Amino acid sequence: MLGKRPPITEAWRGFTFTRRTLLVGGGQMVVGAALAARLGYISIIDKDRYVLESESNRVNLTLIPPRRGWIVDRNGKALANNRVSLRIDIIPDRLHDKELVLGRLQTLLRLDGDTMERINRDLKAASGYQPVAVAEDMTEAEYSSVLVRLPDLPGIAPQRGFARNYPTGAAVGHLIGYVGTPNAEEYEKAKDPLYITPGYKIGKDGLEKYFQEMLKGKPGAKRVEVTARGKVIRELSTQPDVQGKTVHLTIDADLQEFAARRMGRESGAAVVIDCLNGDILAFVSMPSFDPNSFSDGISTNEYAWLRADDHQPLINKATRGLYPPGSTLKPMAAIAAVEHGVDPSERHTCVGGYRLGRRFFRCLGTHGSIDMPTAIMKSCNSYFYWLAHRLGYDAFAPTAKLLGLGEEFQLAGSNQRYGTIPDSAWKLRKYDQAWTASDSLNAIIGQGYVSVNPLQLAVMSARIASGRRLYPRLINRQFKNEPLPFSPEALAIARLGMDLVVNGAGTAVRSRLPLDGITMGGKTGTAQVRGLASGSRGQSGAWKYRDHGLFVCFAPVENPRYAASVVIEHGMGGSRAAAPVAKDIFTFLYDREKAMEALDTFEAGWGGTIKDRMDRDYAAWKAGASTGPDPEAAQ
Amino acid sequence: MIPVPPAVQRFPWKLIALLCAIAGFGLLVLYSAAGGNWSPWAWQQGVRFLVFLGGALVLGRLPLRLFENFSYLAYIGVVILLVAVEALGFAGGGSQRWLNLGFMNLQPSELMKVAIVLALARFYAQLPPGETRSWTALWPALLLIGIPAGLVMLQPDLGTALAISASGVIVMFVSGLPFWWFASAVAAGAAAVPVLFSFLHDYQQKRILIFLDPESDPLGAGYHITQSKIAIGSGGVGGKGFLNGSQSHLDYLPEGHTDFIFSTMVEEWGLIGGLALLFAFFLLLRWSTRVALRARARYGQLVAAGLTMTIFFYIAINLMMVMGLAPVVGIPLPLFSYGGSSMLTIMTCIGIILAIETDSKTGTRRLH
Repeated sequence: MLGKRPPITEAWRGFTFTRRTLLVGGGQMVVGAALAARLGYISIIDKDRYVLESESNRVNLTLIPPRRGWIVDRNGKALANNRVSLRIDIIPDRLHDKELVLGRLQTLLRLDGDTMERINRDLKAASGYQPVAVAEDMTEAEYSSVLVRLPDLPGIAPQRGFARNYPTGAAVGHLIGYVGTPNAEEYEKAKDPLYITPGYKIGKDGLEKYFQEMLKGKPGAKRVEVTARGKVIRELSTQPDVQGKTVHLTIDADLQEFAARRMGRESGAAVVIDCLNGDILAFVSMPSFDPNSFSDGISTNEYAWLRADDHQPLINKATRGLYPPGSTLKPMAAIAAVEHGVDPSERHTCVGGYRLGRRFFRCLGTHGSIDMPTAIMKSCNSYFYWLAHRLGYDAFAPTAKLLGLGEEFQLAGSNQRYGTIPDSAWKLRKYDQAWTASDSLNAIIGQGYVSVNPLQLAVMSARIASGRRLYPRLINRQFKNEPLPFSPEALAIARLGMDLVVNGAGTAVRSRLPLDGITMGGKTGTAQVRGLASGSRGQSGAWKYRDHGLFVCFAPVENPRYAASVVIEHGMGGSRAAAPVAKDIFTFLYDREKAMEALDTFEAGWGGTIKDRMDRDYAAWKAGASTGPDPEAAQ
Repeated sequence: MIPVPPAVQRFPWKLIALLCAIAGFGLLVLYSAAGGNWSPWAWQQGVRFLVFLGGALVLGRLPLRLFENFSYLAYIGVVILLVAVEALGFAGGGSQRWLNLGFMNLQPSELMKVAIVLALARFYAQLPPGETRSWTALWPALLLIGIPAGLVMLQPDLGTALAISASGVIVMFVSGLPFWWFASAVAAGAAAVPVLFSFLHDYQQKRILIFLDPESDPLGAGYHITQSKIAIGSGGVGGKGFLNGSQSHLDYLPEGHTDFIFSTMVEEWGLIGGLALLFAFFLLLRWSTRVALRARARYGQLVAAGLTMTIFFYIAINLMMVMGLAPVVGIPLPLFSYGGSSMLTIMTCIGIILAIETDSKTGTRRLH
């Protein structure tokens, strides 16, 4: 095989070398040309894409949480606003020596074990540039102590932000609700990167939640140039945030705060309505929580304390508390009776009760021969038993409903339990039983199946006072508020009775307004918590078995402008517990100084303002002491 | 006219200008990569370049006979060094590629890129022409390549092992071995790729897989390639301007002053800068190929052709890597990247090629 080839000579070898070297050189040039082509392709054809990627590398967009809109009262006074909040966050990507930085922060800010645990947990879950909150609402001193050590604390980002502030604290807890950090589900639903920006809060309850869309505003953005390690080189541009819109409420902030404070240590609710248009001026449920605590992220301890309280500060009793209304429904019953042809001057003799078959329904007194206004004034059960037996409760229930009882209102941000106004059809439906005369007798004095919430009671008094079908409102929402289909005579009888309750010889004469020329009409109610069979009349014994005290009222009597309801849980009686509160609330509407004087005296006795007492109670609770106002031991 | 002394005339002025242009451009890029600062890279690199340039010129004045005589000795010496690092690395409990000489870290595998060419050229220069197609022409060469390539693979350093093999194979090729040997070796190699692949370390396999699809792992091992392409592409035709490269200055581009210096440069100087550098490298390789073609001794021919391939291999693999055409193998760009070892190798290559050029200008043709 070799023999057939030409012999290899040096000349052949030299020729082969030249040929092959040129071949190799040519190959190298082909590779070089291919590289040049590739270079051109990347920097011409693909340029736009890479320019974009280079920009997204270089520029980091940070959202600035928007300032939340204010919630103001009818006079523009803030019920919820924002205050400057100094905070520091950790940017996980920039945190290189976690132990060191966290250790320094712990000593610097005296963070407790719970906080450290939370930070570590958040850091584990967080990624990249998503900041993790370390501390919010720091004092200037703490903040600057971190600021000066910033070079030694890589990964720490101090920020001047805003936090929600409720100037009157617990007084508006149930009215306004509160804000809080969005949770995982809320983020999943909204898919908004703002939701995971530290310092951003959304409305969690009440009006804050209801008006979230209006209040939230638009976030600003900050474009900064960052290195691959996340170090900020410079700020490129900043787009400021747009504050959320202001929500105007019908509430009178001063009255709201006064009413809340006037409730004192009691558990209950008070609602004040403007009889001209249904504006809710005060909407109080006490005791309450401090929405500031919730908005800052309430501690487990504080929440446990609120939950443990038998006065149930977490429940809005104005709309979610259902009570037997007791005698407060008697003016309503009077209207229904007149509408059904009963002559208000017709007399019935109270002999200390009313006999129905073999049962004797007791009255609280022996009132003798009385007409309708007097029966209201004296809160005579016998008279109304007689009416109920005569007309049947089905004659009264429609009137009760027309006056707003058992009705669920369209009220912003409220979650109502609307109770029951029973009638024969209702009982048949619910229990498959026929309505009896004794059911009528129980219902007419606001016991038995009847249950209402304090808001409904306030609406009822506003409707009786105005003669119109007023709807309660917290914002400027238009309702028709047409006249009620009752004769002026019927309404006049109810109003007269209520006038006499306070200004005649009635059950609430001690709660006359201490004002010249302005009088209040009202009706007390005392609702049994335990049945009569238990032997106790609910006037003593353990707090939780005592009777509820209720009071509905309006003023001035001649030309009603304001209506209100006050419910004091286990207050033992309407005239004793609820009427004095209503008196002071109405006094406040006309003479603030006088009302404040009275309040200051009360608060001195109760141990300070709401906040003072809450702080003390909480401290005591944390210390392990039982501070219930009526310990079980009293039973 | 001022008479120019012959000694000065004999200086390879054009070559020196070309080398200075490439290295000077590199210094500018290093200056920019350090954020507009001569330290820590540019200043040191500049001094190193001048020292090595001087060394290369000195090498270029040495008689070619000297290199020929010491070829095998140099090869054996470097193999011993390779064994030594392997032993030291084993003793140190990890992979080690360099020996600390005090003033610099010496990578014997870099020296091997030159030594393999010298040894193989010596072998084929001595081989009688009649043996060119015989078994005798093949096995010693394969052994000469196989030993150092195997040792470097053990380090493990895939890129350098490939560079050594490529230079060696080119010397075999230009020495006139039958063409079909290479063709069948390429075919066999292609068939053996899956087998060879399985012999690679996990991280080497990963690099190759990610090279094939860099977007599959943009923040992990594909990060280098992705960021490098972003740097090159975002420069466009004219570049972002000197000192304005965001990819390199904000640390998105890893190794922006060593392996990925080309991307750093193109980001700021654009396609124009990239093509200019490619052209400079073309001039350098054209010079060394011409030296090979004009060499009067067979040894000189083979050495020049082999060393040209060594330089080319550096350039080609590095550029392919930064443009996403080859896996990330850690080969620097000659004369441009910051680093002593690669510059030492390149300048040694250039010095030897200079010696060949000098030899062919002064002596007579000698082809045995």
